[in-house]
Formats: sequence, C-alpha cells, structure tokens
Amino acid sequence: MFGLRKSDSVLLLIVIALTVFAPFILNPFPENSVMAQFNAGYPDLMQRLVIFGIFAIGFNILFGLTGYLSFGHAAFLGVGSYAGVWMIKLLTLNVIPAIVVSVIVAGAFSLLVGWISLRRSGIYFSILTLAFAQMSYALAYSVLTPITGGETGLQPKVADPRILDAALEEGVTPRANLFGMFMNDSYEMVVGGWIFTFNVGYYIAAICMVFAFYLSIRIFRSPFGLMLRAVKSNQQRLNYTGIESKPYTLAAFVISGMYAGLAGGLLVAMDTQAGAERMFWTASGEVVLMTILGGAGTLIGPVLGAGFIKYFENIVSKINANILETWFSFMPDGISDLFVGLIYPFIGKGWHLTLGILFMLVVIFLPGGLVQGGQKIAGMFKNKKDGSDSATSSASAAPAE
Amino acid sequence: MEAIVLQILNGLDKGSAYALIALGLTLIFGTLGVVNFAHGALFMIGAFCAVTLSKILTLSHVVIDATKKDFLGNPLKVEVPYIYDFVGENAGNIIIDWAVPLSILFAIPIMVLIGFIMERGLIKHFYKRPHADQILVTFGLAIVMQEVIKYFYGANPIPTPAPEAFKGSLDFGAMLGFEANSIIYPYWRLVYFSFAAVIIGGVFAFLQFTTFGMVVRAGMADRETVGLLGINIDKRFTIMFGLAAAVAGLAGVMYTPINSPNYHMGMDFLVLSFVVVVVGGMGSLSGAVLAGFLLGILESFASMTAVLETLPGINQIIIYLVAIIVLLTRPRGLMGKAGVMEE
Repeated sequence: MFGLRKSDSVLLLIVIALTVFAPFILNPFPENSVMAQFNAGYPDLMQRLVIFGIFAIGFNILFGLTGYLSFGHAAFLGVGSYAGVWMIKLLTLNVIPAIVVSVIVAGAFSLLVGWISLRRSGIYFSILTLAFAQMSYALAYSVLTPITGGETGLQPKVADPRILDAALEEGVTPRANLFGMFMNDSYEMVVGGWIFTFNVGYYIAAICMVFAFYLSIRIFRSPFGLMLRAVKSNQQRLNYTGIESKPYTLAAFVISGMYAGLAGGLLVAMDTQAGAERMFWTASGEVVLMTILGGAGTLIGPVLGAGFIKYFENIVSKINANILETWFSFMPDGISDLFVGLIYPFIGKGWHLTLGILFMLVVIFLPGGLVQGGQKIAGMFKNKKDGSDSATSSASAAPAE
Repeated sequence: MEAIVLQILNGLDKGSAYALIALGLTLIFGTLGVVNFAHGALFMIGAFCAVTLSKILTLSHVVIDATKKDFLGNPLKVEVPYIYDFVGENAGNIIIDWAVPLSILFAIPIMVLIGFIMERGLIKHFYKRPHADQILVTFGLAIVMQEVIKYFYGANPIPTPAPEAFKGSLDFGAMLGFEANSIIYPYWRLVYFSFAAVIIGGVFAFLQFTTFGMVVRAGMADRETVGLLGINIDKRFTIMFGLAAAVAGLAGVMYTPINSPNYHMGMDFLVLSFVVVVVGGMGSLSGAVLAGFLLGILESFASMTAVLETLPGINQIIIYLVAIIVLLTRPRGLMGKAGVMEE
C-alpha cells in the first residue's frame, strides 16, 4: 500500500485506526464512575498526544537513525510556533498558512543551526545544539520582545491586520479555523454513561501525524535512510569509502527540524499562542525522553513514548492524596496509611520523580525502550508456545524497525 | 577604569562557581571518561547540605519563660534551639550564625558518600556504553535527585544568609586609590572567590605533588598501562569521583548566601558548566578553570550598560556565542589535549 511493504502497511493501518478511534479508546470508563479520571479523551490532551507524537517522530529521524543526540530541538518547535502566530496575526485566522509557514521557518532555522552544529559530532554536537537553543530562548525572552512578546508570549489580538480575512464583527474574539471549522469545536456523542468527544482540531492534528508517520516509514526504508544508519554504525568507515556524510546528516537534521516546526505550528493552531518557555532546554530534554522511552530507532517507539509521557503527565499529576486514600480505604487504617505514604511522593506533583526513575530504568535495562520491552514479552510467550530455546528471543530482542 | 575593575570583580564570583563545577566535571571525564549530566544536581545537593545544617542547628523546643508575660499576663512560650542547651546561648548563636561555613565540614562526607554510591551503583555499569547513554542515564538521575529535593524542601528558594561578620561590602575602590564608593564589593563574594581559589589550588596540588595524584594522572594518560603495572586504578578513580562530587558540593554550599538555593539551581549551572568544559577543552583541568573564569568575566562585561546599548541582549547569549566560536575554530577547546574526545 502506498509503496510500503506488507508489515509496514499493517503498522500504518494500526496507527490510522488508533488515531481515528482515539476518542473511544482513550475514554474507556463511563463519566461519573470512579475510574473516569483515567479518561484521556478530552480534546486538549488528545491534541497534545498527536502533536508531541509528531515532534518525537521527527526527533527520531535524527537521533534514531544517525545517532546524533540533539539537545536543542525545542528551539525549532518554538520558532515554528512564533512563525505560526505571526501568520495568524498578519494573514488570516485560517490555520493552513500558519502551519505551512511554521514548517518552512523551522526548516530554514534548522538548516542554519545544523550547518554549523554538524561540523562536530558526539558530545560537542549536543552542546552546540544546546547552546543554540538556549541562545534562542534567551533572545526570545529579552531582546526580541517586539517579535516574540517576551514574557507574556505572543497571541492574536482583535486589532491585528489579518489582511486576507474580512473584518471581525463587533465582540467576536479571533478563533483559529480551517475554512470555517473552528479548531476548538467538538461534537459530543453520548452513549449510555459514556461521553465521546470528537474535536475538529484533534482530527486535523491526527491527519498531520498519520502523514508524518507515513513519511517517516518511507524515510526509514529508503536508500537515504540506509545511509543515515551507516552514519550511526560507523561514520569513519563511511568516510573512508569516499562518501561525504554531512549532506545526509544535514538533510536528516533539517527534516527533523521541519517536523518540530509542524508540531509547533499545530500547537499554535490548537491554541493560538506561543511563549519562550517552549524553547527552554527542559523542553528539548522532554522530546529526548519521549523518544528513548518509546524506543529510539524504531518506527512506532517515539509515538508510544510521546503518548505515554503526555498521558501520564496529565493523568498521574491529577491524582492527589484524597483520591489515593479512597483507593486504599478498603484496607485497615494503618496499612492504608502506609500505602498512601509510600505512593504519595510519586504521584501528583511528584510525577517528574516517577518519570525520572522510569527513564533511568529504561536506559539501564531496556536501551530499546518500550518497543524492546514489548518484543521481549512477546518473545517469552512465543517461546512458551513453541517450547524452543532462547535463541529466537535474543534474535527478536534487537529492535526490528 | 573603575567600571572595568568592577566588572572583573563581578565576573570572578560567577566564574568561580563555573570553574569549580567545570573542574569536577572534567575530573570525572578525564578519569572515568564519563559525561556526567548529574553534576549540576550534585552542586544543588551541596547547597541543600547548607540548608539542612542550618535547619538542624535551629531545631528548637518550646520553653515557658516565666519572666516574660504576654498581653494576657500568661507566661510566654519561647522557642529555644536545642543547641543552646548544649553550648549555651552565646556560643549557640555564633554557631547558628556560622551555619554556612560550618556546612563545609558537614557536606564533605555526605558528598563523598553520594559520589561513591553514584559511581559504584550506577556509573560503573556505563563505562562501556556510548556517551549518549551516559548522558541520558545521568540526565535521568539529575531529574530524580532534583525531584527528591523538591519533595523534601519544596519548590521555593530557601534563603540561607552568610555569617554576620561577612555582611556588608568592601570599598574596593578606595583601596586601589580610586574615588571612595566607586567599586563596592560584597565581602561574601570575596570569600567565595578565595574559597574557590583554595579548592582549585588544593585539587591541583593534590594531583601534582602526591603519589596518589601522580598515579591518577598516569591513569588519565593511559589507564590500561597503569592497570598492567599492578595498580588498582579503578579504586583510585572511584575516589576521584567522590572528590569531584565533593568539589561540586562545596561550590554549592558556599554559593547559598549569594543566591538562595532552589531545587533546579543545579540544572541552570550545569548547562553553562558544560559549555565551560567544552570551551576549556574536554579532559583539561587547567582549561576548565581558565574557561570558567574567562566566561564569568566575559559575561559580566557583556552586562555593562555601555555594551548593552550597542549590542542589546548580548549578556544573555555571550557564553553560548563564545562556545560556538571556540568549538568551530579550535575543535579541542582552549587547552584540550590532542586525541581526547576530538570527535
């Protein structure tokens, strides 16, 4: 299908199915039930899941294939966001120019950063990208305030020119739309105790993600992708065979920068504002976490990682001590207090602690991320069924992209 | 002229912090070949050692003071630190006042212990893994350390003042023969700079003039050969990791009066310290110290009003800008050795 091999088509179809039916899948519990707090089927979170999925897919094209660890990718997302907001301010409230220009501007910026940073590799490359990102962050916060809005950030105002749009009626706030469909419009379907929300913005972002995912499969399977893998496995040997690797790594860098720009543009389309904190280096760190957690160098890994982190960030951080106590209330008092005390540091505001520990465990024991973990478990089951020895499981443990 | 001297002085204390952290980072990198992203967290933990000690010292119990009455005529309840019971009120006050310098003694064993545990428990298993993995796992560790501190101490900065004797400022201008009050420099910053100089001197002397240091230097140059000579180099490198952790921790302890510590102060310093290490040259101790002071001073020059008028915002980005230029023109950094992490 679309020039993909069979296994990849299946993967793509699974991803399409998951994104289309996400409002159902993420809302498995009826409203008003105790478990309703685990529902993630509300528009804001669903949008974030797919948008950060795009960001992580793009990062994976650079890190997963070439092994270059960029610690400044959030800068491209931030630059893309700013460009997007400016398009909304200057041209039209339609999101298409915003998204397209975000991608182009982020691509141009990543071309500049990549051209300089890729002259070095290893830790130096990481530091250079980090330096560029921190510079962009500092500038956006201080000198470039006329362009970026500084601390308050950038958002559209009623008085903006919007030269392609007709003037807004009195009292109407500017809302982003796609040919009249507003991004934050939703259709709510009530089935029994369940409420499923179908959001315009989410589906637009989901279409972008499916397209981004398809493109990343094509890149992974192309001769170009093979060349990027060669860079990762042994750049020196590649150079000795007379191949200049820089055009390939630079292309990968720019592609992943454009993915970040797309994510930034979509963030703006969903919620028309941009702030400098999007470029802070912790934001760059987060996309690294997503990609590694899911499985760097695998196709589906980054999407899983982004979904995992964003889901738990929203859900786990909402659980507080009271909710915990109701969970353990069936136990005798002393024991339930003990459990609550033990778990409390890891939930709510302690979410980052859980994330840090989880991330360390993944780096130490599962360098292939969740995908490798899944394969290991699948391998165990297979072995039990076949009764064969561990040879098959070790063969399948290697990330089969 | 006054302005220039003032900016150099201003740059020294920030430069001292950069130099101390960068020195520790380079020690770890030079000996163990590990890129330690958790080093900023060690700096932060050092600062919280000072916070902890001053909290312990001011632990108090309630005493009913019969001599004082509140407005209803009842005896007033007064909180009395336990330390008064042990050494008397005057001595107790002095000890509480000097909590930050005293924390040096408190922090050294703690930091060395944390360093040992980190090296033996985690970093040891990452020698053979790629640098990217080392960065990632220490990055995760830094998040964990940060969050643990946040859990116990909260997210707000905790003011930890310097001893009374060091409050106030030195009129440096008058000493140098400029006009009075033209160059004012807080005493504690002077203390911080001298402290940093002593620590840096101590580390260098330790490496240069002791047999242990000689073995460590030999190990940095050629680990395998030193091992073949029958010397347990791993054990010595572990000790060096503890030392590097202690240096970072002490830098943090002494920094608390300058900036109230909060849980993410380490990360803020870490990013800059990495830039410092890279500018100085990976694996070069003197390069790290030199670059630390150089960048600290450059940063304070860039924040002068005259400079900001011509190049707005330059103070925010000068360090990164210098780093980019140095990395592109001198791939080994200012004083890097040939063959150490060139790619």
